[in-house]
Amino acid sequence: MNSIEIKKLGLRFGEVEVLKNLNLDIHDGEFLVLLGSSGCGKSTLLNCIAGLLELSEGQIHIKDRNVTWEEPKDRGIGMVFQSYALYPQMSVRGNLSFGLKNAGVPKAEIEKRISKASEMLQIEQLLDRKPAALSGGQRQRVAIGRALVRDAEVFLFDEPLSNLDAKLRTDLRVEIKRLHQRLGNTMIYVTHDQIEAMTLADRIAVMRGGKIVQLAPPTELYNKPVNKYIAGFIGSPAMNFLKGILHGGDQPYFIVEDSKFPLNGYEFDGPVPEEAEAYLGVRPEHVVIGAEAEASVAHHSVEVEVVEPMGSDTLVWTQLCGQHFRVRVDGQSELKVGDTLEIGFDPSKASLFHAQTEERL
Amino acid sequence: MSVLAYESTPEKATAKKARSVEPSGSRPTRYLDPGRIILYSVLFVAAVYYLLPLYVMVMTSMKGLPEIRMGNIFSPPMEITFQHWVKAWDSACTGLYCEGLKVGFWNSVKITVPSVIMSIAIASVNGYALSHWRFKGSEVFFTILIFGSFIPYQVMLYPLVIITRELGIFGSLSAVVFVHTIFGMPILTLLFRNYFASLPPELLSAARVDGAGFWGIFFKILIPMSVPIFMVAVIMQITGIWNDFLFGTIFAGIKNFPMTVQLNNIVNTTQGVKEYNVNMASTILTGAVPLCIYVLSGKYFVRGIAAGAVKG
Ligand SMILES: Nc1ncnc2c1ncn2[C@@H]1O[C@H](COP(=O)(O)OP(=O)(O)OP(=O)(O)O)[C@@H](O)[C@H]1O
Ligand SMILES: [Mg+2]
Repeated sequence: MNSIEIKKLGLRFGEVEVLKNLNLDIHDGEFLVLLGSSGCGKSTLLNCIAGLLELSEGQIHIKDRNVTWEEPKDRGIGMVFQSYALYPQMSVRGNLSFGLKNAGVPKAEIEKRISKASEMLQIEQLLDRKPAALSGGQRQRVAIGRALVRDAEVFLFDEPLSNLDAKLRTDLRVEIKRLHQRLGNTMIYVTHDQIEAMTLADRIAVMRGGKIVQLAPPTELYNKPVNKYIAGFIGSPAMNFLKGILHGGDQPYFIVEDSKFPLNGYEFDGPVPEEAEAYLGVRPEHVVIGAEAEASVAHHSVEVEVVEPMGSDTLVWTQLCGQHFRVRVDGQSELKVGDTLEIGFDPSKASLFHAQTEERL
Repeated sequence: MSVLAYESTPEKATAKKARSVEPSGSRPTRYLDPGRIILYSVLFVAAVYYLLPLYVMVMTSMKGLPEIRMGNIFSPPMEITFQHWVKAWDSACTGLYCEGLKVGFWNSVKITVPSVIMSIAIASVNGYALSHWRFKGSEVFFTILIFGSFIPYQVMLYPLVIITRELGIFGSLSAVVFVHTIFGMPILTLLFRNYFASLPPELLSAARVDGAGFWGIFFKILIPMSVPIFMVAVIMQITGIWNDFLFGTIFAGIKNFPMTVQLNNIVNTTQGVKEYNVNMASTILTGAVPLCIYVLSGKYFVRGIAAGAVKG
């Protein structure tokens, strides 16, 4: 069953078309992440679902009910904002109970829900404080609590962690995941942090220019990105791209300058073109070195140019056929600048993109 | 060697001393810094310059007429008397009536209180709607409103006289309140709109998700957050309306003249002797209200002036 269905949604601010003919089905209990770079329309989409923006076209259904013209409060949603948006003059308790009071929930019930939510989020000791007297992480919890007490069908999060420091972000990320496992609600989570997206999501919708470019589970997004933009966006360190010529046929291969890379085992998305300009994308973590490299079908010698140790692993910058190429090696390896390195990769894990359309081949 | 060692000890001592004044902890306050002395002297002179007239007024108001005629305006009264204050308040003559300023005081209160409340109530809702509930043409509406503040008052006097006459309120308290409310609108709306627009829109979105409507958001979220700007507006309006002379003269009608108009009538009376002491007392009494507001709410008052200066 679908929890949310978005049908042919369009949204314009005057002349500017921010969302175009957007369709999206979100399953019951799913954790969907909207991922995309700044300004691609993620918040706009979320605000449309919440009912904070008037649609220009299309429909939104929540739990099989057409809510396109309904007020935010009637949609059965709870929302957590990027800037927390806590009511500054109310205590934490006041913040949590505001929506319930407006809805005319009886006092005893309000108390019950607040104590349940505050226990779940460990903010019981903070209930009588004002938001100004809370730390960033505590404010974030209260903001989540405010959505929680509403007993909503659907939770909407708009970059809830982006104002926090890295450590707290990791902690709260896990808490949000736990919360989802415990509640089982549908959640839509906006972020432009791909790590957050990968770790939290059941499915990720990558947005670009007001459209959903790919909607897939994290692993599929990582392994089979549909275009070069997503391939470069997902994964850290970013994917390497080698520009060259793809030769199809029974034994497809890829030519960069004078070097030939056989593509044994690569699964083409459609018919294989005879000959086409293309990008070969290889993830730094899929590159093998040394003896393993020599065993792989495509291997080359390269010179180490820059070494970036990152603790658990080390990123090595090299040139392959005159193009930049990054390789991720074990953190314990003792490579130095100027060393020669034998590298190889498995073509079945690589990605090919058309040079002009940048679509996956 | 030993000589060297000896010589090095005093050096060490000075080094230690130097380290003890190394910045650490809260910064020490320097009271007698030359810059500060100059600053305070200038401020002192300026304060005296502005306080002197007030001093002369207070002194004169407590002297008898013979003493005033001696001309020593700076000397304190030989015999302090408050009877002129009482006269100013209770029995000074303004034209035909000899009931003192108290009539004007209560008239001014009756004009100021409703005008302040009305103008702020309307302008704050205007500002709220214009900043957060944009409607078609709201920008045009706002522009027209602001344009109003650039038109000299005098131009609108005659039309307003006609309008109030047609409404049947000319020459009454309601007419003055009406006019003050209208003329407060542009600047107050601008003040509120700009303040509300600076509040994060997500806060209003959150309130909408929480089920608050137009008025719910206004009363439960915005007003509690906007106490300072309401204070500023109240101060601006009280001082402005209390000190008004023009509208009071034209629209109030003789029985409802505000304090400023009565003061003018007392001071500019052409009959009999000029009672300087009573005049001074009357003037101080009339200026006392804005003065008290200023003293009681200095911080907000300055902000109000700044807001007025930037936008007016
Ligand atoms: N009120 C508005 N009027 C006109 N254009 C707007 C308005 N609000 C947003 N936009 C435009 O819509 C586009 C999408 O905005 P949106 O806030 O959804 O981006 P986003 O994906 O959430 O970005 P970020 O990651 O920075 O939050 C942007 O190009 C923005 O300039
Ligand atoms: Mg956003």
